Amino acid sequence: MPTILLTYFILGLISFFFPGWLKKQKALVFALWQLVVFAYLMIQRPLILQGDFISFTSNWLPQLGINFGFILDGLSWIFALIVSGIGVLVFLYAHVYMQAYEQKERFYFHLLLFSGAMLGLVLSGNLIQLFIFWELTSVLSFLLISFFHQKEEARKAAFQSFYLTAFGGLSLLAGIILLGTIVDSYEVSVWIQQASEIKSSQLYLPGLILILGGVITKSAQFPFHFWLPGAMQAPAPVSSYLHSATMVKAGVFILVRLNPALGGTMEWTYIIPVVGVFTMLVGSYLAITQTDIKAILAYTTISALGILVLLTGIDTTLSMKAALVFLFVHAFYKATLFMVAGFIDKKTGTRDIRELGGLIKYLPVTFVISALALLSMAGLPPMLGFLGKELIYEAKVQSPGIANMMLILGVTSNIFMVAVSLFFLYRVFLGKVNTVPKKLNKNGMLFLIGPAILVLLSLVFGLFPKVLGPALEPALEVIRVEGYKVKLKLWHGFSDVFFLSLFTVVMGTALAFLLVKRRNVLLMWRRFNQKVFGISFSDLFYNTIERFIDLSKSNTRIVQHGYHRYYILTIILFAASFLWYQAYVTRDWVLSTGFSLQPFYITGLVLIIALSALQSAVAKSRLTTIIAMGVAGYGLSLIYLYYSAIDLAITQIVVETLTLVMFILILQRLPIFANLSSRLTKIRDLGIALLFGSVMTLFALKAINVDFQYPISDYYLENSALKAYGENVVNVILVDFRALDTLGEVTVIGIAALGVYVLLRKKMTKQ
Amino acid sequence: MNSVILQLASKYVRALLLIFALIVLFRGHNHPGGGFIGGMLAGLSVAYRGFAYRQEEVRKNIRIQPEYYIASGFFLILLSMIPSIFMMHDLMTGEWLKLNTFFGVIKLGTPLVFDVGVFLAVIGVTILFMFSLNRQNLWK
Repeated sequence: MPTILLTYFILGLISFFFPGWLKKQKALVFALWQLVVFAYLMIQRPLILQGDFISFTSNWLPQLGINFGFILDGLSWIFALIVSGIGVLVFLYAHVYMQAYEQKERFYFHLLLFSGAMLGLVLSGNLIQLFIFWELTSVLSFLLISFFHQKEEARKAAFQSFYLTAFGGLSLLAGIILLGTIVDSYEVSVWIQQASEIKSSQLYLPGLILILGGVITKSAQFPFHFWLPGAMQAPAPVSSYLHSATMVKAGVFILVRLNPALGGTMEWTYIIPVVGVFTMLVGSYLAITQTDIKAILAYTTISALGILVLLTGIDTTLSMKAALVFLFVHAFYKATLFMVAGFIDKKTGTRDIRELGGLIKYLPVTFVISALALLSMAGLPPMLGFLGKELIYEAKVQSPGIANMMLILGVTSNIFMVAVSLFFLYRVFLGKVNTVPKKLNKNGMLFLIGPAILVLLSLVFGLFPKVLGPALEPALEVIRVEGYKVKLKLWHGFSDVFFLSLFTVVMGTALAFLLVKRRNVLLMWRRFNQKVFGISFSDLFYNTIERFIDLSKSNTRIVQHGYHRYYILTIILFAASFLWYQAYVTRDWVLSTGFSLQPFYITGLVLIIALSALQSAVAKSRLTTIIAMGVAGYGLSLIYLYYSAIDLAITQIVVETLTLVMFILILQRLPIFANLSSRLTKIRDLGIALLFGSVMTLFALKAINVDFQYPISDYYLENSALKAYGENVVNVILVDFRALDTLGEVTVIGIAALGVYVLLRKKMTKQ
Repeated sequence: MNSVILQLASKYVRALLLIFALIVLFRGHNHPGGGFIGGMLAGLSVAYRGFAYRQEEVRKNIRIQPEYYIASGFFLILLSMIPSIFMMHDLMTGEWLKLNTFFGVIKLGTPLVFDVGVFLAVIGVTILFMFSLNRQNLWK
């Protein structure tokens, strides 16, 4: 499994560094690779169907208990199948769809990386690792949405989705860590084993809510649903792959994955269904009045995601079964519809539903495909969607607690769904012709391969549901722990559920009929929605972000004023105050016992240094100051020399010389020395200098007396020649024992040099 | 400054300084010296040339720009870490290669590479400082 994932990234890197590689066929090669992955997963089928799993773990950060691990069990298997299977079709589709665009290489690169990251996400056995892949998908989603980065809306939408999903990702991470501390592990398997311990912990509720924060944003749940319609700025392959079939399902995936560990509690069965049911209703309701066909699809996607979250929240075996079936249902029809929408956009040059109509004459094949997909979306037989909807109703009827409420809202939402499907079909393909599609010079049939395959699958599974059933068993086993037989059938008999379905269809058709026949109903409705739901969340979101940026700007201005002298003043003042505070706390320290008399020339040297330092402060010309400072520096190196710190002395001399040289270089070009400071500032500076100088003296005196038990220097002295083959201990420490420190120092001066370079260069270009 | 004496002297002093810098660099393992000091000395030699001639000419005539010194210094430092990864030691452990030659045992180790990296980076930084500060048009 790691090899598979690695191949994704290697392929991606190759295409990144050699953009010319396979210029024309890149998408096809990537599609082929996805097919290989799909085939690999299919080969594992017998094993998975037996209820076995393949896992791989290796240490990553053993100190923190974080492993790098993959697990291919029933659950991740079906998700991986969807990711790779639809990936094949999306790459095929993108091959024709993206042909005319520049930078399509970049697009394929990102799309490939995305499918790798998504696969990594569903296969992760460790939650920290899962989080990393989760964030990767967020980043790649950002890059893919902003593909048309010349358009402002695309940039805005990309930012919006990124802010939200990245924020949710952080919330998820916090949740994972919080719950991870209870059982001291981030392995999913450990969480499941010690589920009762997690559930009874005080941290359970906060942890669950934090994880839900990630789920809600990623899976576009109310009230964070608004990024998904915005994300429709992306090219059609992205919409059909990321924003309907795979990435937005990541939230649902993590819910399903963690259900054995966290599910079954009051909190789980109350919070999650409520979120889901609202999203479901809002999505399907707002879908009706949209004008952009991709936006309609986006809102229905939101609704579908709501259903999925709702089902995982109901948390019965039946509801989980319904969720898994609906996962397939939705992936099949929604990816299809997005691809078709992209095709129609290409053909007619518009996505506005008001400008479309009567396309059946020009695009009969497309009509058949979309009709079948829309039937599936409406939940009508003989498509798989019908089966999915029946199961959902069944699950809702049997859901414990708030079943009635759930059922009413669910039926309402489904009525809208049916209406939207029929309305969509009528307005785009039937009715009178509004826009005549162009002839595309390339074979348009290539566009329809992907949608056709998906719709056929949907139809076949709908007619012969027995094929699909066994495939879901191992997944359900993973979720519900105990084994369970999944028997799917199309015809359920005359039960409550059947009549509910009938009611839904009749009402939905009536609603669609109303919308089609009475134009002004729709117009009024649109106006009503704009007025009532006019507070668009997305504007609210932007305002919040802008407010926040303004706030941080004004805050930054207080701290980052740009005056070098005040920066230094602040640093020194703080350092001095804290050191004095420390000195006060430990005031019972013995300072120094017994001063030994030094030779007279050392005393003289110290005196010279002190005097020249004083001179540099009061001198009336810059040259005097610099020379006086030089005297102090060289004097200091003489003292080093006397105490046989030769390396230090040499370094000090060289640095001193260099500093002098640099000062002199600048000196001739500075303006004439002027006395600008007032008396008061001088006194203030003197006070600060004294404060700092005195505390340093204090600590120098103290340093003599600090008595370490085992001086570290002994170790270096003993091992320098033995282990590092060097006799100069100072240098051995620098380049061997503490090479990391040296690396840090060199990095600092390197960055400082670049800073100087850039600053002065900027000044040059200004002139 | 445009002094013939200085210009002539710079030729020889510069060579001497460079040789000295190299000696300081390589003796550093057993005697006082090392990459940092050596690098500063070498940097000074270039600065010396900058005094004798016009800065812009020096910058134009110099074969390797200071940025490349810094970059190659860092490259060498990172390179010196790689052997320790392959030997499965802790990162940045010094790895040594002992060669028995005619002249006796010669010991080559990654700390040497590391020190040369420091040497180059410091040269680059010094020259960059000098050049940036001493540009004619900067102070107009």
